[in-house]
Amino acid sequence: MISFILNDKEVSTETGPGSSLLDFIRREASLPGTKTGCREGDCGACTVLEGKLKGGRVEYRSIVSCLSPLGNAHGKHIVTIEGINCKTLSPAQEAIVKNGGTQCGFCTPGFILSLTAFSLDSQSPEPERAIEAMSGNICRCTGYKSIERAAVSISRILKNRNPDNPAGWLVSQGFLPPYFTSIPERLAAIEAPTRTTGRRRTIIGGGTDILVQKPDETSESDTLLLFDDNDLKEIEIKDGIIHIGASVTTSEIMHSSLMRARIPRLYEYFRLISSEAVRNMGTIGGNICNASPIADLVIFFMALNTSVSIKNLVSKQQRSLPLKALYKGYKKLDMLEDEIVTHLTFPAAQGKLLFNFEKVSKRKMLDIASVNSAMSAGIRNGLLEDVILSMGGVAPVPLYLEKTAGFLTGRSPGVETILECNSVLQKEISPISDIRGSKEYKRLLARQLLAAHFILLFPEHTDKDQLIKRLSEA
Amino acid sequence: MKNIDSISHVKGRSVYVDDIPERAGTLHAVVFHSPCAHGIIKGLDVSEALNNNGVHAILTASDIPGENQIGGVIPDEPLFADGKVEFAGQPVALVVASDEATARKARRLIKIEVEELEAVTGAREAYKKSMFLSPPGIFISGDIEKAWRECEYIFEGQCESGGQEHLYIEGQASYAYLNEDGAIRIISSTQGPTHVQKTAAAVLGLPMHRIEVDVTRLGGGFGGKEDQATPYACMAALAAMRLKKAVKIVLHRLDDMIMTGKRHPYSADYKIGLSAGLKIIAYQARLYQNGGAAADLSPAILDRSLFHSTNAYYIPNTEVTAYSCKTNLPPNTAFRGFGGPQAMFVIESAIARAAHELKTEARTIQERNFLSSKDHFQYGQKAAGASIRKCYKLAAKEFQIERLSKEVREFNSKNGLRKKGIAMMPVCFGISFTSKHMNQARALVHIYQDGSVGVSTGAVEMGQGVNTKIVQVVAKTLAVDPGLVRIETTNTTRVSNTSPTAASSGADLNGKAAQIACSRLASRLKRAAANKLGKEIRDIELSGKGIRINGKSAGISWKEAVKYAYMQRICLSEQGHYSTPGIDFNRSISKGQPFAYHVYGAAIVTVNVDCIRGTYEVERVNIVHDFGNCMNTLIDMGQVEGALMQGIGWMTMEEFSWDKNGHILSKSLSTYKVPDIYSAPGEVNCIPLPSKGPAKAILKSKAVGEPPLMYGIGVYFALQNAIISFNPSYRPDFNAPLTPEKVLMRLYSSRPGKKRS
Repeated sequence: MISFILNDKEVSTETGPGSSLLDFIRREASLPGTKTGCREGDCGACTVLEGKLKGGRVEYRSIVSCLSPLGNAHGKHIVTIEGINCKTLSPAQEAIVKNGGTQCGFCTPGFILSLTAFSLDSQSPEPERAIEAMSGNICRCTGYKSIERAAVSISRILKNRNPDNPAGWLVSQGFLPPYFTSIPERLAAIEAPTRTTGRRRTIIGGGTDILVQKPDETSESDTLLLFDDNDLKEIEIKDGIIHIGASVTTSEIMHSSLMRARIPRLYEYFRLISSEAVRNMGTIGGNICNASPIADLVIFFMALNTSVSIKNLVSKQQRSLPLKALYKGYKKLDMLEDEIVTHLTFPAAQGKLLFNFEKVSKRKMLDIASVNSAMSAGIRNGLLEDVILSMGGVAPVPLYLEKTAGFLTGRSPGVETILECNSVLQKEISPISDIRGSKEYKRLLARQLLAAHFILLFPEHTDKDQLIKRLSEA
Repeated sequence: MKNIDSISHVKGRSVYVDDIPERAGTLHAVVFHSPCAHGIIKGLDVSEALNNNGVHAILTASDIPGENQIGGVIPDEPLFADGKVEFAGQPVALVVASDEATARKARRLIKIEVEELEAVTGAREAYKKSMFLSPPGIFISGDIEKAWRECEYIFEGQCESGGQEHLYIEGQASYAYLNEDGAIRIISSTQGPTHVQKTAAAVLGLPMHRIEVDVTRLGGGFGGKEDQATPYACMAALAAMRLKKAVKIVLHRLDDMIMTGKRHPYSADYKIGLSAGLKIIAYQARLYQNGGAAADLSPAILDRSLFHSTNAYYIPNTEVTAYSCKTNLPPNTAFRGFGGPQAMFVIESAIARAAHELKTEARTIQERNFLSSKDHFQYGQKAAGASIRKCYKLAAKEFQIERLSKEVREFNSKNGLRKKGIAMMPVCFGISFTSKHMNQARALVHIYQDGSVGVSTGAVEMGQGVNTKIVQVVAKTLAVDPGLVRIETTNTTRVSNTSPTAASSGADLNGKAAQIACSRLASRLKRAAANKLGKEIRDIELSGKGIRINGKSAGISWKEAVKYAYMQRICLSEQGHYSTPGIDFNRSISKGQPFAYHVYGAAIVTVNVDCIRGTYEVERVNIVHDFGNCMNTLIDMGQVEGALMQGIGWMTMEEFSWDKNGHILSKSLSTYKVPDIYSAPGEVNCIPLPSKGPAKAILKSKAVGEPPLMYGIGVYFALQNAIISFNPSYRPDFNAPLTPEKVLMRLYSSRPGKKRS
C-alpha cells in the first residue's frame, strides 16, 4: 500500500510502485492539470512538487512525475497545479499572465509548479535561481523572454520571504492555499512503507532512467525502492574520507556545504547536469549503476579518486572497489545481481584541490554530453602530481584516462605539455560516431576539454594566445 | 488585452483533448507503424496481439469502409499502408484496447514481414532518380542570361537546411464517438477541422454532415497539426464506427516523432551576380525540397519557397526552380514559415558568400538591394508599402549598428578564447494563402437576450491569441465590454468549410468575418434604437456605456437595447463571410497578386562563441518590425519572441538524423534538442515601426505568426562571422543547423593551401 497526500487529500493505493506518478495523477486521481509531454523528463510539462517531512518541516522540491515511481511518493506531499490554486491568482500565476508568459498553455502548469518550488526554496530568491528552477521546463511558444520577465517580478516579491517558514509566509501572501500549513502534521501520521522482499526485483533509485527505458515493464515488476532508504541518504566525512550514500540526489550533492567547501565551483558544474527537477530525483547510485559511458556524475567522481561500496542483499557481504574498476564494458558492471551500491567514498584531500569538470553538449543545459571530462591534480615545485583524468563519450565505458594522466605526472603545465599530452590522449580514447556527435568531433572535443582543464587549473602556466595558435595549427 | 485563456492556463484548467472526461467504456488506440522505410508487405500477423486480454480490435486498410486515402492536395497517401510501405513510421494498423498500456503491449506482438526495397532519404538523390511529388515550379523575371554578362562578380555554391520537429508539447490527439444515427463526433487537436471532417467522411464513406469536428484549443501547432492531425482523427473515427465505442488516440512522443512529418529539409544550388557597385543583378537558384513519401502540403510549401526566394531584395533578373522530391521519410509538412525560411536561407547564404569573397560585410550588399515600394516582386506583384528600408534605417539608428559592429571588432581583437559575431537579417513575408480559394472565412455571432455575445469562427486557438484578437474585434465593433464576449469552440457544425488556421492569416480572415457579422448586428441594433427613440439611425451610436444620440447618453443600456431588439423580433444572430479581395495568381505564368500585403522587418543579431568548446550564446537580437497598427502588443510581441526562438532553434540546435535506411535516430527529446530557457537570447529588443497598416489586415494590424521566425536565420550568419574572425582560413559553408559540433569543427578546420600563418 502506497500512502501519501495528494494536494489536500490523503490517498492510498495498491497500484504498482514502479508505475509512474504521472499516470496515477491523471488517470486514477483524475487531475488533468498535470500534462503528459514526453515521458522522459525532458519537457517538464508533468512537473509537480514533492514535499518531504524533515525535522518537523516539509521541504518541497520539483520533480517530473512521468519518471517518478509511484512508490517514491509514499509518505510525501505531492502537489499538482490543482493543489496550489487559491481563490485568486497567486503572485506566480499573476506574473505569468501579466507578462504574457503563457501562449498555448500546455507547458504552463509545469512552469507554475517550478516557480512555486522556487518560491518554497530556502535559498536567496534571485531571478537566476528562478530561471534555474525552470531549467527543465520546455516552452515551444513564448521564446522564454516573457517567462524571464515574470521570474524577475516574482523574485522581487519573494525578497520579503521569511526564510524560516517559507510555506507559512507563502500562504499568508496568497502563493499557496491555507491547507499547506496542516501538511507537516498530516504527513507525520503516515506510516513508513512496508518493504517488499521478493528476490527478482527491479531496483529503483530516482527512476529517472529506468522509467524512460522500460516504463511498461517497471510498472508491472516487483520493485526495491531505495530512494528514501535512510541508510543511503547521508553525505558525511569520517576520518578524512567523504561518504556519499547511494540514494543521495544530484541536487543534494550540489547543495551540500561539505561538498561545496571542497569543490568551490561545484554549483556551476552541477548546473550542467540535467535539469533541476531531474536533479531532485536522480541519485548518485543510479547514475553509477546505469553505467552510461557518458554519465556526468561518474566522470565527475572518478577524478576525485572515488571508491564504491557494494553490499550483497542476500549474503549481506560488503566489498569496495575503485569506481574506475567498476565498468567492464558497455553497460556492464562488475557487480552481481543481488548486489547494490551503498556508498561512494573518496579522500578529502588536505589543502587546495585543483579540480575541474567540463561538459559539452548540443544544448548547453538539460542535455546529454557529447564529451565530458574531469581532472584533478596537484602541483609541487612547478610539476604536476597526483593527476587524475576521466572522460565520457569517448569509449564504451566512462573512461579513466590512466595513460594520459600518467604522462602528465611530473611534467610542468604549459602549452607544449597540453599538445604532447593530447597525442597520448588520442591513443587512449576510441570514440564512435553517434547521435551525440561524429568521432572526429569527439576527438577534437577531447583535446579541447583537456586544454580547457589547463586554462582553468593552471592559468598562469597556460599562455592563451600561444595555446590558441598551436591548437589552430595542429 | 491579455490572452483570454491565460487565467485558465495558469490554473491548469484549460482543457486539451486528453483532458476531456472520458465517456464510459472509452477505448484507447495505438498505431502499429512500419519498421521499414521502403518495401513490399509480404505478411501481417496480428493474431497473437488480438488474443491478448483487453484488445478489442486491430484495424487495417481492409477495415476501411470508404477510401483508404488522406492526401489533402494530391491523393497519394493511404491512411493505412496497403501492399507497400514508403517510410519508417507509416501507419499499418491500429490496435484498440481497453487502455493504452494494453494496446502498447499488444502492438509489440504484431508481426510484419516486409521485402525491403532501397530507401532514398536525400532530396538530391531523389532528384537524380526523378522521384517527384509534384511538377517543379519555376519563377523567372528579367533576362538572366543577358544579366550574367553584365555582372562584375558571380558566385556559385550550395546550401543545405535541415528539417525541424514541431514539438508541440501536446502531441497529436483525437477522441471520437458516435452520436445518434451513426453520426460521429471527433474532438481533435487540429488546425484544420474541415480537413479532418472532409477526410474522415471520405475514409468512412459518409457524407460530411455526418461528421462533426470540434476543437477547443491546441497545445501548440506550428503547422504540424494543419494536415497531420487528420490521420489520427480518421483512425479514432474509424475505430469508433467499427466498435461503437468512444475511442481515444493520444500519440506517445516517440510515436509522434517517428510517424509525423517535419519542416522540409532543403538542398539548394545558388548563383548570384553583382555589379561593381554591389547591386544584385542576377540570382539563380535550384531548390530541392525533401518532401518525404507523400505530397501532404509540399506543393504549396514549394510555392511559398518560390515566392520568398528573393526575400526583401529587388533583383531584376531571376530564375528560381524548385523541385518537390519524393523520399522515404515521413511526409514533410507545414511548419511556421512554410518553405519561406528555407528559401530565404539560400539567398542570404548567397549574399554572405559574395560578401566574404569581396571582403565586405554582408550588410553592405543587403542594404544596397532592399526592395522599395516602386519595385515589383519577381511574381509581378508591386511591392506597395514595402517598409524594409524604413525598418532597417530605424534599426541601424536605434540600435546603433555601426557602434555594435565596432564593439564586436574591438572585442575580437582583444580576445583569443571568445569571438563575437554580428549579422543583420531582413525579412519580407507575404500574407495570404497562396491557394486563392483558401482565403475565405466565416464567423457566426449570437447576441443573447441578456446582452452577452457568443462567437464562433473557423479559427483555431493554439496559443497565438487569435481568439483574444477576435474578442477585441467583436468588442470594438459592437462597442461592448470584452468581458461580454465569449469565443466558442471551433466546430464544423457551426462554421463550415473552414480553411485551416495557418499562413499567419487566422486573425485577418476570421477577424474580418467576425467584424462583418458584428457590423451588421450593430446597424440592426442602431436601427432598432432609432425606432424606439424616434431618431435617425445616423444620430445613433453604440458605446461602451449604452446607446448615445449625437454623442450624448440616450439612457438606454446595451442590455436594454438588445432586449428591445429581441422584443421587436429583430434577428440577433449573424453570419459574416469574408474573402480577401484583390488577390489572384496565374499559376501558368507564375505572375499575379498572390498576397494581400507583406510583413517587413529587420533584425540585428550578436553572438558570442567560446572558441575552446565550440559552444555559443546569442547575446542580443535587436529588431524593428512592421506590425502595422498593432492591435495587441502583448500578444504580438509574444509572437515575435516565440517565432524568433523557433528560428534560432532551427538554425542552431534542432538537428535530425536518419540512418541510411531511413530510420529516424533523433526521435525523442533527449536526442532532438529544442531551445530551453538558457538558449534564449540574452536580450530581445523589438521596436515597432511606426506604421498605419494595410486595410486588408484586421484593424490594420498585420499578421504576425510566421514572419519573425526568419529573424532567427541571422544567428547562423552571426555565428559564421564569429568563426571567421577566429579562423580566417575557414571558407563559409552553408549547412544549417550550425550546432556546437559544426562550430567547433569549423573553428579548427583548415583547407589545403590555405594554411594559417
